[in-house]
Amino acid sequence: MAARILRPLNKGEFDYWRAQHLLNRAGFGGTPSQVRALANMGLKSAVNYIIDADEVETEPIEADRFDADIMRPPTRQQRLEFRVARENGDEATLERYRRERQRRQGADRRQIAELQRWWLKRMIETPRPLQEKMTLFWHGHFATGYRTIEDSYHMFQQNQLFRNHALGNFRRLTHAIIRDPAMIRYLDNNQNRKQSPNENLARELMELFTLGEGNDYTETDIKQGARALTGYTYNDDEFIRHGSRQYQRLHDDSVKQILGKTGNWDGDDFVDIILSRDVCSEFICWKIYRFFVNDMPGEPTQAGQEFVLELAKLFRSKDFDLKPILRTIFESRHFYEPDNVCSQIKSPVQLVVQAIRSLRTPPRSLRALLSATDLMGQNILFPPSVKGWEGGRTWINTATMFVRQNILVYLLTGQRPGVYPWQIDQSQYDAAPLLDHFDKPLGDIDASEAVKYLVWFNLGRKPHERRIAALNSHVQSRGGRLNEKILIELLALITAMPEYQLC
Amino acid sequence: MNDHDYNTYSRRLFLQQGLTLASMATTAPLFIQRSALGMMRPLGSMLTSQPGVPEDRILVVVQLGGGNDGLNTVVPYGSDDYYRARPAIAIPAPDRGQAQQPGALKLDDSNGIGLHPNLAGFKDLYDEGVASIVQGVGYPNPNRSHFTSMDIWHTGDHSAKGYGWIGKYFDCTCNGTPVPEGAVAIGRNAPLAMQGRIQKPVTFETEELFRWLGEDVQASLDKPYADINRGGVLADVDPDSQLGFLMRTALDAQVSSERIRAAVARTPLVGYPGSRLAQQLRIVSSMIRDGMNTRVYYVSMGGFDTHAGQVRQHANLMTQFGQAVNAFYKNLKAQGDSGRVLTMAFSEFGRRVQQNASGGTDHGTAAPMYFIGDMVRPGLLGDHPSLSDLDKGDLKFNVDFREVYTAVLEDWMKAPAAQVLGKQYRKANILKA
Repeated sequence: MAARILRPLNKGEFDYWRAQHLLNRAGFGGTPSQVRALANMGLKSAVNYIIDADEVETEPIEADRFDADIMRPPTRQQRLEFRVARENGDEATLERYRRERQRRQGADRRQIAELQRWWLKRMIETPRPLQEKMTLFWHGHFATGYRTIEDSYHMFQQNQLFRNHALGNFRRLTHAIIRDPAMIRYLDNNQNRKQSPNENLARELMELFTLGEGNDYTETDIKQGARALTGYTYNDDEFIRHGSRQYQRLHDDSVKQILGKTGNWDGDDFVDIILSRDVCSEFICWKIYRFFVNDMPGEPTQAGQEFVLELAKLFRSKDFDLKPILRTIFESRHFYEPDNVCSQIKSPVQLVVQAIRSLRTPPRSLRALLSATDLMGQNILFPPSVKGWEGGRTWINTATMFVRQNILVYLLTGQRPGVYPWQIDQSQYDAAPLLDHFDKPLGDIDASEAVKYLVWFNLGRKPHERRIAALNSHVQSRGGRLNEKILIELLALITAMPEYQLC
Repeated sequence: MNDHDYNTYSRRLFLQQGLTLASMATTAPLFIQRSALGMMRPLGSMLTSQPGVPEDRILVVVQLGGGNDGLNTVVPYGSDDYYRARPAIAIPAPDRGQAQQPGALKLDDSNGIGLHPNLAGFKDLYDEGVASIVQGVGYPNPNRSHFTSMDIWHTGDHSAKGYGWIGKYFDCTCNGTPVPEGAVAIGRNAPLAMQGRIQKPVTFETEELFRWLGEDVQASLDKPYADINRGGVLADVDPDSQLGFLMRTALDAQVSSERIRAAVARTPLVGYPGSRLAQQLRIVSSMIRDGMNTRVYYVSMGGFDTHAGQVRQHANLMTQFGQAVNAFYKNLKAQGDSGRVLTMAFSEFGRRVQQNASGGTDHGTAAPMYFIGDMVRPGLLGDHPSLSDLDKGDLKFNVDFREVYTAVLEDWMKAPAAQVLGKQYRKANILKA
């Protein structure tokens, strides 16, 4: 019997607006007709449809979609040649190597930009929005940045890892992440040898990835955990095997004591020991709660705390399977409480992808969209630190506010506003389908009814009288009847409302 | 002057002299010692409480991104080690210049140390007594990654984590509410240094981006837009809610936008070169002239990562830097603000002493910082780092950059440096009072 706080919404209460809330939070929003379809499915089927994303057909990702060879480490032969050249002062050879390295770095920077575009496009087009949203969640959680890695293929491998485990099991994902070349490189575990341990990965594994800062562990646990992680490194694109000579040379094969447990632990044991602490499930559930339900600054509400603790119990009882807790969240009455609706500040990626998916604007130039999300503080694959993005109110300041409004002007019109380096896009946006249910030509629709619906649809809540008045008087000043152009003007104003930054 | 002031003065002077002498303990060559002794001169202006300097002081930070080659900027031409380490790229001594490679600019108050020949703009200020060079600035266990080292400079913390030092300055002094337009960064991205828990910088690349551009689509949208974004927190909205916060910020953005665009529209009193840095500083000078609330401005130029073919590339950068800060100072002087503006330039690290095989230099450690303003103690400050006593081919730093921050925070911004930086550092002696 589930705890009371986790109880589901009553069946009849799952209406159009709640379906829209579900689609916004569990994905990146949808068009009026998509929202209607979801509402018609009823709560249980709608949540199943979103959670069982793996059953939805999607475009397969070919393993060779990105070039794995750009940053391939030099062969033994090449290293030897380089060393000899250096010893002999053979400038011509050294210069050739330097140029080759610069060429490869340039090619790799182009590929990481391509990977960013590829992922953003996937978020815009995917029929499995929750999978991409969870991929984004894990990217922010196990934050790894290209600037340190400088290997775009490793970033692609990690991105695929997050996608494959997006709705899987947190234990398996954590086992996988300590074998992930990008993570190993980012947190220096390739330097973690039994002769000279490096604590970086062990520290962040506990502090940021599983337990939370200072929760339930000591500096000694970090040191001991680092010893367990010695030898967890990679060659080229692959994790080294435990049985290999290299592993045996690097791994500290002796007794460690971690979180009170003594044994000859390796990195996988280390993960399992951490996961056996209740604090871990609570920490992860908190993060998931903040991502999907409520991220108000300050102390969480009583109900929020209770919800998370119960969710964590469920998480443990399912041995860290993600689907059961996500299903519980999305079905819960708590998730649909007024305090948890239209109360989250959209991340820059959410803002852009949700705008395209719900308004059906042309996606315009992916480069422009990425430049905008960067200006708004979220450059995917380049998180500011291993802590990922802080999110919430930190997204918003006076400068990002203008970028947020202006990227919407760009999406709606394709015109490059002012001096932004965004490529002009000629394709016309047809907004009329947003008003399909009026079942009339635009000019015949009662403009004030249309205004009311558009505001409500875009802001997800009953609009303030003053907003309605501002829009109505604009329509009046433009002749009082709707047409394609005025419709876009209305959307430019609605998306410039402070309310539009919430979902 | 009362007794209290006098005591403060002598105690401070003592500390300053003590500090200078302590840092000279290592045997420095004669040409270096002379400049260090210059640092001990008691200055008349220290006795007064900065006549003519109003309390509304401003700091302008100039970031030289990529790792500026300190040794080819402030050139130790009196050292044979310098020429041995850099046969292909060293700057010749002042009297040994050639058409291809002009010699260093000679500094009157020093022997053996000069400036890059393209730094005439900076030397001009140096000769006027309104510019200084703090030599050999760095930090222990130097990090050679651009990003990490830059973050260390930005946070003032070796972990390179946490908020920025300027952000923390605001947080410590702003009583819990951010100062509107208190921190302004000109550029694409808001620098970490300016990020506080409470204070966030206003960031824009050009003032044209700092406004809503929907009006370009249809001019008559300006009225409803203003109604929507100037409403502030509407009557029935909880001011502490996310929506209340957004409505407040939307209004702030409108006010800032107007203020900044009006300020920037002012024509500067002197001409500026076309370089990016110069144009950024032009914007800053206009905003200062307009009397904005801003206490810290942040500008930056990049391109200093000179791994290959350094000579020409670095010469261009030096020209840009020198000319830009020269125009900026002259403009501030003309508009009567040079007494209340302190400009500080830094780079995340210097470069290795030894040139590399591509006619460039690789990432190094200690490097000079540059200060400009009427209140700087002019000249060469501190010791030039030794070129013979190296740490694995790198310069050893003499001054921790946080000692410099401490001086800027305490002496210029009147802020509790230990609280901002999380630790009490010794204070470098860089300002007249």
